[in-house]
Amino acid sequence: MSDQPLLEVSNLRVAFPTRQGVTEAVRGVSFTLGREKLGIVGESGSGKSMTGRSILRLVPPPGIVTADRLAFRGEDLRDASEKRLRAIRGSGIAMVMQDPKFSLNPVMTVGRQIAEAYRVHSKASAREAKRRALEMLEAVRIRDPERVYDRYPHEVSGGMGQRIMIAMMLIPNPDLLIADEPTSALDVTVQMQILAILDDLCGQRGMGMIFVSHDLNLVASFCDRILIMYAGRVVESCPASELRDARHPYTRGLLDSLPRLDDPRRDLPVLTRDPAWLTDDAPPEKAR
Amino acid sequence: MIRVEDLRVAFGQDANRVTAVDGVSLTVREGECFGLVGESGSGKSTVLRAVSGLNHDWTGRVSVAGADQSPRRAKGFFKTCQMVFQDPYGSLHPRHSVDRILAEPVAIHGLDDADGRIDRALREVGLGPSFRFRYPHQLSGGQRQRVAIARALILEPRVLLLDEPTSALDVSVQAEILNLLRRLRAAHGLTMVLVSHNLAVVANLCDRLAVMNRGRLVEELTVDALRHGDARQPYTQQLLRASQGYDRATAESFRDFA
Amino acid sequence: MRDKAAVTMSDASPPWRAWLTTDTPQSRLQARLGRAWTGWRTFRRNRLAMAGLLIVLALVVVAALAPLLAPHHPYEQDLANRLLAPGPGHWLGTDSFGRDILSRLLYGARLTLMIVALVAVTAPVVGLLIGTVAGYLGGWTDAALMRVTDIFLAFPKLILALAFVAALGPGIENAVIAIAITSWPPYARIARAETLTVRHADFISAARLQGASSLRIILGHIMPLCVASLVVRVTLDMAGVILTAAGLGFLGLGAQPPLPEWGAMIAAGRQNVLEQWWVAAMPGFAIFIVSLGFNLLGDGLRDVLDPKGD
Repeated sequence: MSDQPLLEVSNLRVAFPTRQGVTEAVRGVSFTLGREKLGIVGESGSGKSMTGRSILRLVPPPGIVTADRLAFRGEDLRDASEKRLRAIRGSGIAMVMQDPKFSLNPVMTVGRQIAEAYRVHSKASAREAKRRALEMLEAVRIRDPERVYDRYPHEVSGGMGQRIMIAMMLIPNPDLLIADEPTSALDVTVQMQILAILDDLCGQRGMGMIFVSHDLNLVASFCDRILIMYAGRVVESCPASELRDARHPYTRGLLDSLPRLDDPRRDLPVLTRDPAWLTDDAPPEKAR
Repeated sequence: MIRVEDLRVAFGQDANRVTAVDGVSLTVREGECFGLVGESGSGKSTVLRAVSGLNHDWTGRVSVAGADQSPRRAKGFFKTCQMVFQDPYGSLHPRHSVDRILAEPVAIHGLDDADGRIDRALREVGLGPSFRFRYPHQLSGGQRQRVAIARALILEPRVLLLDEPTSALDVSVQAEILNLLRRLRAAHGLTMVLVSHNLAVVANLCDRLAVMNRGRLVEELTVDALRHGDARQPYTQQLLRASQGYDRATAESFRDFA
Repeated sequence: MRDKAAVTMSDASPPWRAWLTTDTPQSRLQARLGRAWTGWRTFRRNRLAMAGLLIVLALVVVAALAPLLAPHHPYEQDLANRLLAPGPGHWLGTDSFGRDILSRLLYGARLTLMIVALVAVTAPVVGLLIGTVAGYLGGWTDAALMRVTDIFLAFPKLILALAFVAALGPGIENAVIAIAITSWPPYARIARAETLTVRHADFISAARLQGASSLRIILGHIMPLCVASLVVRVTLDMAGVILTAAGLGFLGLGAQPPLPEWGAMIAAGRQNVLEQWWVAAMPGFAIFIVSLGFNLLGDGLRDVLDPKGD
């Protein structure tokens, strides 16, 4: 493994000009990512999704992305051409969104979509692509890949759809996967199974991963490192195992407001938001 | 307060007929908060909709507040039993102001003192009179859910049915809504049925719960038993493990329960 | 920087504007006016829509003030000055009876406006009622109402209107009735489609759980959501209504002579269209301008009213 980080982000900003002025969804986020699972946690409106999307320049117009540095394997993504970016989107960085129904083409069988995704980035024959697609369906633990290959997206369940999505995104063998709430719409047991697949793939292929989620417990148990975002900024960053000892009052407040099975306490402490959180910088991460 | 016996609900015709609820029986005592837990497709929401009178197409016996209910309800029933929905963005009419939303049930049931009732209801859910003439798009998700709760309470019902009332909300807002529901329950002696997929939420608000899977009741247990992990059925134990966060080995052990 | 500018701008705005745009209205009236004001601001940003609104307003003003604006009486014949080219005295020329075309157009605006207004208050209302009832109740009611709608839709609109006028007898009132009868089915379809999308929404379920009757739900909850797309559609259709009315007039089945209806005027100018083009072209131009106005207005209203834009 080289010393170069997989992804470097410095002072990332996403701004939306509106009639009332400019709204900043992301206000100066910096992090570096190695071959690890990085969780980005926050409530709705915290800018966590925009952070994930802006890396691939998938911010909807009129959003404007700026950064002091935004580099993937040392290559600057800020002024990459649209063509180069398309190449990176397929084979270098992949993205999985929350709802597979919107990301799959409804009039093409799922197998063909996966095979197409493979052929776009490699010059494989149709037969070879099909073989790889079936392998990939098996890798995401679909029991009967041959049958699922010929199904249309509306004929599969939500959990299956998400697995197919992941298969499609991972078939070009990307180095980095950005997963935006990939399991939030799914039942807990299915959610765990899909996370297990992602976990294995990260481990086997040495893939880096950015996992965007609102679920603190999930991220703490799944990721290696966590960024906690509030109002477009990172207010705290810590190793996942140390989330319980988080220092920022916002993180503490979020943790406290979660109902817990092992805690018979009834009234939940309510988060009071401090305006200072809007401007405070994240305390430096403790040395690991 | 609520008695359900051998409830069966099926959707679709002939070959496409799917049994959503398959012989469910349960009893909710007066003043109790009863949780109904399960994954999607378990039939938990369908049970709630049959009790509420939204779903007409069921067989079995449903009795609320000591009176047997037919599939179609008389107007008076809705003064006893109200419901709060999951999606605070979908449950308020986009073109009605809060005032209109709250005035409607008062008008339907011909109650007096609409102004006073609306003011009291808004205060009770922690919103206050300044919210009265706003439209839903001017409210946050949590505020919308408070309006939906105020709408359910303005008829002073004895039973409140809750269909995933916090699952569309951020955790900090979820805590506020759970606290509010608990306070309202104590203040009005409400009987509640809470449908949720989140065991921790159910444990926070409820006294007893039932676990459902594929249209059947798997088991009934107290929240104390749940907290101590004393679930008898393997399905419940699996749900419990899944709710404790990600663990590679646990995920491997999951299986389908028919 | 722009953030700052926006803040100072709103600081400088007059108090009435703050009153309208506040997030915490104190009364029903203020809340409604605030909504209307926001809508108006969205509308105002669309320049073409503003142009459409001005054209339609101009039509209303012209119709109201026709006796003051018109230089001549619309029926006043002057056979010595027939078929005069546009010029001083008769700015748009005269027709084959020597009547001043400008005056006839100005008075004709009243007829056009009347036709438009009568169709606009009848056809969409009927369509809305049938569509929402069919969509909400479903089942047999839906099947019966929609088959009737299909039957009306199956005939070409102008042919059906012709048949009705032929049965009722020529005349402008009958032309309006015929147009109204033939134009409600598309509105019923739109209203039904809108109803189907909201029928299972949670807020309709919530209303049912309040004990609301079907009538109350249709009138109070479903119709307000359909009205927006209908208003847009009606405005866009107004151009078509004017053209159908003109078509009936042109065929001699609408307004009868000597009424200065624009379509009938084109028909009368037909014989001289090659030599005295202005006799037919001027009313044609008027129809064109007003149709365009309604179309632009409809486009702008779509931005403001269409619930999908929310």
